[in-house]
Amino acid sequence: MKKLRVLGIETSCDETGIAIYDAEQGLLSHALYSQIELHAAYGGVVPELASRDHVRRIVPLIHQVLHESHTHYQQIDGIAYTAGPGLIGALLVGVAVGRSLAWTWQIPAVAVHHMEGHLLAPMLETPAPSFPFVALLVSGGHTQLIEVTAIGQYKLLGESLDDAAGEAFDKVAKLLGLGYPGGPALARLATQGNSNTYHFPRPMINRPGLDFSFSGLKTFALNTWQNSAQDDQTKADIAKAFEDAVIDTLLIKCRRALQQTQLTTLVIAGGVSANQQLRQRLATLNSEMGITVYYPRPEFCTDNGAMIAYAGYVHLANGESSPLGFRAYPRWALSS
Amino acid sequence: MKLLALDTSTEACSCALSIDGEIRFRSVVAPQKHAELILPMADELLAEADLLPIQLDGIAFGRGPGSFTGLRIACGVVQGIALGADIPVAPISSLATLAQAAYLDEGHQRVLTAIDARMQEIYWGIYLLDNQAIMQCQGQELVCSPDAITIPENDNWQGVGSGWGSYADRLHVQLMQKINSYQAIRYPQANAMIPLALAAFAKNQVVAAEQALPIYLRNKVV
Repeated sequence: MKKLRVLGIETSCDETGIAIYDAEQGLLSHALYSQIELHAAYGGVVPELASRDHVRRIVPLIHQVLHESHTHYQQIDGIAYTAGPGLIGALLVGVAVGRSLAWTWQIPAVAVHHMEGHLLAPMLETPAPSFPFVALLVSGGHTQLIEVTAIGQYKLLGESLDDAAGEAFDKVAKLLGLGYPGGPALARLATQGNSNTYHFPRPMINRPGLDFSFSGLKTFALNTWQNSAQDDQTKADIAKAFEDAVIDTLLIKCRRALQQTQLTTLVIAGGVSANQQLRQRLATLNSEMGITVYYPRPEFCTDNGAMIAYAGYVHLANGESSPLGFRAYPRWALSS
Repeated sequence: MKLLALDTSTEACSCALSIDGEIRFRSVVAPQKHAELILPMADELLAEADLLPIQLDGIAFGRGPGSFTGLRIACGVVQGIALGADIPVAPISSLATLAQAAYLDEGHQRVLTAIDARMQEIYWGIYLLDNQAIMQCQGQELVCSPDAITIPENDNWQGVGSGWGSYADRLHVQLMQKINSYQAIRYPQANAMIPLALAAFAKNQVVAAEQALPIYLRNKVV
């Protein structure tokens, strides 16, 4: 294996993530600064504030990962940065710093697709999945099923036609008064809920294909809440019914995707893949149809620099690099 | 001293390299293209001088005010270079750079700078040449309505910058006989930043990479 140590930079949304991945030693260090508190007062990410914070955090975090991994700059062989999709202003900070740092050190740099980072995050774990596999990318910004046959060979099987699953979690949490971002709080509240009080629809499961739709569930939750006693138990019951509906839908579509592709490995990544209920339910695919399911560790389910360092390592090892003139891509299709 | 200066604060994208006072310079007016152009420009200048980035002694950038995204492109690039080469940064006002260019190009010593800040506002600064041939801000740089500018006491001023194009009538009304003329088609340029940056380095008014940050002036953005 060729000696290759890569610095990874992620600034696509509201987390500044930096990491160093080494071809021989694996992940050497990673650091993350989350802006959640900065945006909480506004009930969502404010793009200009996110960009302003990234420029304050990025250099100290790079110092930190270099220091913690005892890496001298001359040991860095390449730099990877998230170039999209995401918030353009936020992306540009990481792209500009990453590209100019690589120029200064006269080493190659490579632009990484944020969702490819998520997709490959389980490769940082032991055991790591091997190709081919079906990936469910499920986060606040995306819900996609992808057939992965090799690095760079990604076929979109289906995706959400409206809200992402994580977005639906956050929106329902908001209408139940659980704050921002409320998805994880909703999942915690659901553990107190009764499954049998309410039954929410499973959107699009009776239609062929692998697309999702979650915005109707949000409306269903709102109507249910408005026509309820609006007490704490009701809140928990709605949380439970909502979570059950989302997870059932994801499970049904994963099963369908595995059957359609005849593959036996499933990779789950993205912020919602940290959901414990989802993990438990997907684990049943193993006894049911012999599927092995892989996840990143919880801290690498959400945005992070480690997955970008790893994805960048893969591309750099393949001899790829990005030109000096840099760009950020707020929209960028992953499928080749 | 080997000094690189970058500015992407307005429609212009420019880069200058000064080696012991000898200046090489590139500039192009190319809105929305700064990210694609700035590093290739810097690379060309260094290649011409047979210099590697890590051989730079210092770096300067247009810290604003100006386009928020533009400021962060130069800022991000400069943070990366300063971190990589372990050199200090001189953050330079884009208004001061406009004023310095008015002196270098046309000999103006009393300059009223205005950059169009959109939303019916301008970035505004009053500049006077000091005895070191450096433009110095009188009072504070401001973001304000063109009707709310600070009026200088004396007359014989030169207006410079895009704010004079967008709001000439309103600025004229207030400044009456105090201005001689104005030039609206002027942008902050990295070559005019060089004397300002050299002065900043001489006075040790420099910062480390992580403290090289934009000055937006407009801080209410939500």
